[in-house]
Amino acid sequence: MTDIRRRKLLAAGAGAGLAAVTLSVLPSARATPQEMAAAIAKFTGGAAHRPGKVNFDIAQLIDNGNAVPVTISVDSPMTAADHVTAIGIFNERNPSTDIAIFTLGPRAGKAQVSTRIRLATSQRLMAVARLSDGSYWSQAVDVIVTLAACIEGEAP
Amino acid sequence: MARALVHMPPAAKAGEVIEIRALISHPMETGYRPGPDGKVLARDIIRRFSCRYNGEQVFSAELHQAISANPYIGFFTVATVSGTLEFSWEGDNGFAQTEKMAITVSAS
Repeated sequence: MTDIRRRKLLAAGAGAGLAAVTLSVLPSARATPQEMAAAIAKFTGGAAHRPGKVNFDIAQLIDNGNAVPVTISVDSPMTAADHVTAIGIFNERNPSTDIAIFTLGPRAGKAQVSTRIRLATSQRLMAVARLSDGSYWSQAVDVIVTLAACIEGEAP
Repeated sequence: MARALVHMPPAAKAGEVIEIRALISHPMETGYRPGPDGKVLARDIIRRFSCRYNGEQVFSAELHQAISANPYIGFFTVATVSGTLEFSWEGDNGFAQTEKMAITVSAS
């Protein structure tokens, strides 16, 4: 049996088997730290962001990158005069740098959001919060991912 | 119609901060992944989530491919008056769904 036919059989049995064949035809799908900085600059409108106030809660060692629980909270009284208006989450090694942007207001009561994200590989993540006075605060975290999400579409 | 689950307290005191957890079943196909035929599957994600409290928007989110399948979003809001909270999800291929939950607010 030729190698190609064996691969066809594998593909019929389990779709994942085909991934190896298609890897070479896929475009290089991976963002870079520069792209993350650009995505953050787009969110902040070019303004500088300082580390602090933001608490990015995520496991340091992630078993499964397909669904990683994250919680971002910001130290803010959430009053009409002083509140968080937006929280953005960014990554540097997924195919796309944006993860999510949450829009909050004084009606939120508490500046905290949770969700579940995908991570393609071990990398640095950053959460940036925009406050009502126009300042930006951030926190970066480094995580280790053992089982990657979107592994089928990754370059070797 | 996708299955959506929203968890929130049915009653609260005025001024109380309540937690809302919203979950919807959706594949969140990234558009980077090859399917069984080897061709890259088209992107199909939820782009936007919003929560309106008696018509006024209190929270919204812009989602990207890095959000897991069956998107879960947990957030907080202040219970002000009795009424309805409306949760809506919008996405690719004309995906749109709205869920409504009633809340009873008593004077503190």
